Amino acid sequence: MSFHPDYTGQYKYKWTDIPFMKLSGLEPLILTPESNFINIGERTNVAGSKKFLRLINTNEFDAALSVAREQVENGAQVIDINMDDGLIDGKAAMVKFLKLIASEPDISRVPIMIDSSKWEIIEAGLQCVQGKSIVNSISLKEGEDNFKYQAKKIKAYGAAVIVMAFDEKGQADSYERRIEICKRSYDILVNEVNFNPQDIIFDPNIFPVATGMDEHRQNAIHFFQATRWIRENLPGAHVSGGVSNVSFSFRGNNTVREAMHSAFLYHAIREGMDMGIVNPSMLEVYDNISKDLLTKVEDVLLDRHEDATENLLNFADNVVEKAAGVKDTAEWRKLPIQERITHSLVKGIADFATEDMEEARHLVDAPIKVIEGYLMNGMNVVGDLFGAGKMFLPQVVKSARVMKKAVAYLLPFIEETKEKGQTNGKILLATVKGDVHDIGKNIVGVVLACNNYEIIDLGVMVPVEKIIETAKLHDVDIIGLSGLITPSLDEMVTVAEELQNQGMAIPLLIGGATTSKVHTAVKIQEKYTKGDTVHVLDASRSVTVAGELLGKNKSTFTNNIAEEYDKIRINYAKKVGIKSYLSIDEARSNKQKIDWQQEDIKIPNFIGVKHYENFDLKELINYIDWTPFFYTWEMRGKYPAILKDEKKGEEATKLFKDAEAMLEKIIAEKWLKANASVGIWPANTVDDDVIEIYKDEDRKEVIHYQYALRQQLKKSDKAFNHSVADFIAPKTSGIKDYIGGFAVTSGLNIEKQLKIFEADHDDYNAIMLKALADRLAEAFAEKMHEIVRQELWGYEKEKLNKNDLIKEKYQGIRPAPGYPANPDHTEKIGLFKILAATENSKITLTESLAMFPTAAVSGWYFSHPETHYFGVGKIKMDQIEEIATKKGMELKVYKRWLSSNLAD
Amino acid sequence: MQNIKDILKNRILLLDGAMGTMIQRYTLTEDDFRKGWFEGHDKPLKGNNDLLSLTRPDIISRIHEAYLAAGADIIETNTFSGTSIAQSDYGLEKYAYDINLHSARLAKAACLKYNEITPDKPRFVAGSIGPTNRTLSISPDVNDPGYRNIEFDALVAAYEEQINGLIEGGVDILMVETVFDTLNAKAALFAIENCKKNTGKDLPVMVSGTITDASGRTLSGQTAEAFLISVEHANLLSIGFNCALGADAMKPYLKTLKKKSNLLVSAHPNAGLPNEMGEYDETPDKMGEQIEGFIKEGIVNIVGGCCGTTPEHIKKMNELIIKYKTI
Repeated sequence: MSFHPDYTGQYKYKWTDIPFMKLSGLEPLILTPESNFINIGERTNVAGSKKFLRLINTNEFDAALSVAREQVENGAQVIDINMDDGLIDGKAAMVKFLKLIASEPDISRVPIMIDSSKWEIIEAGLQCVQGKSIVNSISLKEGEDNFKYQAKKIKAYGAAVIVMAFDEKGQADSYERRIEICKRSYDILVNEVNFNPQDIIFDPNIFPVATGMDEHRQNAIHFFQATRWIRENLPGAHVSGGVSNVSFSFRGNNTVREAMHSAFLYHAIREGMDMGIVNPSMLEVYDNISKDLLTKVEDVLLDRHEDATENLLNFADNVVEKAAGVKDTAEWRKLPIQERITHSLVKGIADFATEDMEEARHLVDAPIKVIEGYLMNGMNVVGDLFGAGKMFLPQVVKSARVMKKAVAYLLPFIEETKEKGQTNGKILLATVKGDVHDIGKNIVGVVLACNNYEIIDLGVMVPVEKIIETAKLHDVDIIGLSGLITPSLDEMVTVAEELQNQGMAIPLLIGGATTSKVHTAVKIQEKYTKGDTVHVLDASRSVTVAGELLGKNKSTFTNNIAEEYDKIRINYAKKVGIKSYLSIDEARSNKQKIDWQQEDIKIPNFIGVKHYENFDLKELINYIDWTPFFYTWEMRGKYPAILKDEKKGEEATKLFKDAEAMLEKIIAEKWLKANASVGIWPANTVDDDVIEIYKDEDRKEVIHYQYALRQQLKKSDKAFNHSVADFIAPKTSGIKDYIGGFAVTSGLNIEKQLKIFEADHDDYNAIMLKALADRLAEAFAEKMHEIVRQELWGYEKEKLNKNDLIKEKYQGIRPAPGYPANPDHTEKIGLFKILAATENSKITLTESLAMFPTAAVSGWYFSHPETHYFGVGKIKMDQIEEIATKKGMELKVYKRWLSSNLAD
Repeated sequence: MQNIKDILKNRILLLDGAMGTMIQRYTLTEDDFRKGWFEGHDKPLKGNNDLLSLTRPDIISRIHEAYLAAGADIIETNTFSGTSIAQSDYGLEKYAYDINLHSARLAKAACLKYNEITPDKPRFVAGSIGPTNRTLSISPDVNDPGYRNIEFDALVAAYEEQINGLIEGGVDILMVETVFDTLNAKAALFAIENCKKNTGKDLPVMVSGTITDASGRTLSGQTAEAFLISVEHANLLSIGFNCALGADAMKPYLKTLKKKSNLLVSAHPNAGLPNEMGEYDETPDKMGEQIEGFIKEGIVNIVGGCCGTTPEHIKKMNELIIKYKTI
């Protein structure tokens, strides 16, 4: 059977020399002869969908987007968008909807059909789509000039076009008029406008049949014939149409309409129609149409009987309306709550956020737990998928938006549970100048806000001036900078410099994908010495960091950070091999200059050396820092948290019980003996780096010269080249200063018990004993330091708790010779000599200057408030030569002692 | 002089390398960015590299010549941020035209100089048209996905001004590069079409996108092929990718372009991935190995370098091009 006298059989594409039509959303859509038929979603059309019209009228764009998404989920390969309605500002609605769609990757992955009878709406729409879209439509209705003008513009915007079979005389309603207008349009487009023929789609007008009017009886046939003619005669051009028009007479009877659509498409596609605007849920499968109905429908479409229309109308009245078979896209709603929340986040569906949050908040004891649990779990999945390249940025932005909506719902409940009024602090957030990325920053904002911080978010591309101005205006407590692209790293440095210039001291947080702890330590922190700078790895850590910075233990936290970053800088310098060192003289001129005041220095209650023999080990138990004990057993984690650790907790608890049991035996059975020697002497520095230690307050007889090593690595402007010598007042200042020294051991007699274990091949207990002896020695050093601070020297008034002790929260330091602050092991010889430690405390130095028993600690005491730990790092030969000469040591020998510190 | 399209039929052409990396070598100060033009300007200008074409033309010329000496056939003007939109961050939107005019002249002069030195190797100037720092397809406000801080018409107008300056300054090619939002690129192509009508000059156009996601998408979410389809209407000399994650990561997308279109394909990747300090540390040899792969497999017609590349990198690529031409 054929509808066209000139052609028979199914249409076969024959324009092999013409490229295929290519369209794109976020993904390509290419019309090959094999693609058969492209279906265009029609629900986002105010003229065709009452629901969509209502949503646009009432400004419910979220729901309108859901309509678009549903169409794509239901298989639309292109979506038609039409905002032509008298009561709507069509241009504004088109622009707004298209911009919103651009942020919805599930929708914008398909090409867009911009549908309007108004050119200004079409052009506004073309300016909002990045992909190659289709304009629907233009025609010769207003003459050739207008037609050409619009076609040229469409070409410049890079879109395909639907051309209506319409000209100056009116709409084509016969086969002849259809081909006449299409031919004329095609020739103008291809020959005069240079439009790609494959980008031309004709709409030869699908008109209703079965209207009861005789002139409409051939409407479908004429369309089929014109379709065939176009496909056979206009090279490369396509045919499309609005299918639902054909069944217009049967509005209200979906069964008949669906059958008509299917039958119409079946025949039209055979004739070469390769695109069409259809509602996939209004389409019955051709083979599923009952024989009776199909015959009557086809009789009408193909005008096979005089009374075909009458028959179908009669039949239609008897057709039982079947339940609307809307495809169930909500199967996932039946999943458990976590899976639903994760699904919403991954798919970026905000529709159920409220519902799910309401459910989730009743499942936890505090609403914040929903964020920390369910939502963060979901966002972790998003992060993993993004990292693996299975999600891309616009999708992640959508996830963030769902997150935001969910959190917004939870916020009032979180507010209820926290104290009214006071917030934890004000935090300014900004993505730095030159950068537009803000997902991470926004997540940080949300997480911090949830933790009761007031957030001032300056958005993206924020210049340094605005950051500082706002920080001052609102008196913020913390400034957080974010950035994703590499130039943002430099901009962050600029912000740090400017904060420094302005004399500000607000803590600075650095975050974002390209930022790193190394960059923060090496480039940013040193530029901003007046305030603290902390790199924050991810949003989840921002809360702890903010809490520490604004909490009571701020100084401990910032000191730890400063120390950590110091190490990073040294390592970095090592790694990149920056051989930028100062001469020892230059380094000395960049020393930390303490403003020496006699009143800052407590005159010790005791001067001289004191020995403690057989110290009561029981007194040391409370001073034990257990964290390194677990390190010894290769169990990393902080005590006591490690005892409750999910993975290591059980093992750690067992180990700890064994340790406690052995500790009891050590004390009860006197396995170990602890001795200590401590001394305090008058002291001053000479020649910058030499500490003269005097026998007594006369300060005439020098009992020991301590040669302190000085950092020589070239620092940035604001950082010093440290030496412990800087912590003792120079002789020239006339100020009376003091230094202390100590050597303690808790390992005497250990061999006896060790031998018993070893004879038993009981390695476990042998190691346990050594580890405990080491811990006791450290605890002993801590205890002696406290005795010195509080009694012998007596500058510390209040007793500190154990935690603060472990964190070394007290004034003063006790660096050991051979360790980072003064890596010269040979300094131990002098220390031991003036302490008379070997004679009195039975601690000896081996040939390699190790202490024996091994469970021993020695070091110097510095007491000034400005003392701090640091690492000397690499030094140059000039310093080594100078000290070797001063010490009277052979250069070769001295150099060997410091070989690991020598910069090459 | 030979037509660039004809030359491209016979051999691979070499683009230059990074401008920014070379400028960094001069450790310039704020004064260098003001000299003679913006001495009293109220905003800091350091880092606005395009200005150097006005204030330190000597340096820009030297960099151009370094790349020409290394063997580049095409050098890019120092105009990556030369739109009134990008310059408005510095309050210098009025100078966009000057930046483009003078930058194009500097590049052209350098090429003419080298055309005399090596007359058998004609050199070309590509006017660099950057993406600006705003996006037509992406909202800068996560809470308001429908919001944009730039509109199509405004971007077209800014691009037209830039392109007019470049054409007046004598560029031979227009290069829309580092496209992270295809709609921005479409605005540039629309502007090029307008300028073509107004000036009567029909210059070859190169388009180069950038893929920065592990998912193989542009920032605005398109796949390589969708990106190609979206700009293919503009009668291009070439399509390609630049910047991003380095040469190896770029390869599959270049192959897509080669396979899916009849256009020439260009590639000017970064010298690898930025390290944790934001620096690029792929050596000329290391990068050369990857470029050699491109050449061997015949997936590129134009190669060069983006961030982190130097005349040493370009020299290495030149050696490779010569090596494979004679095989």
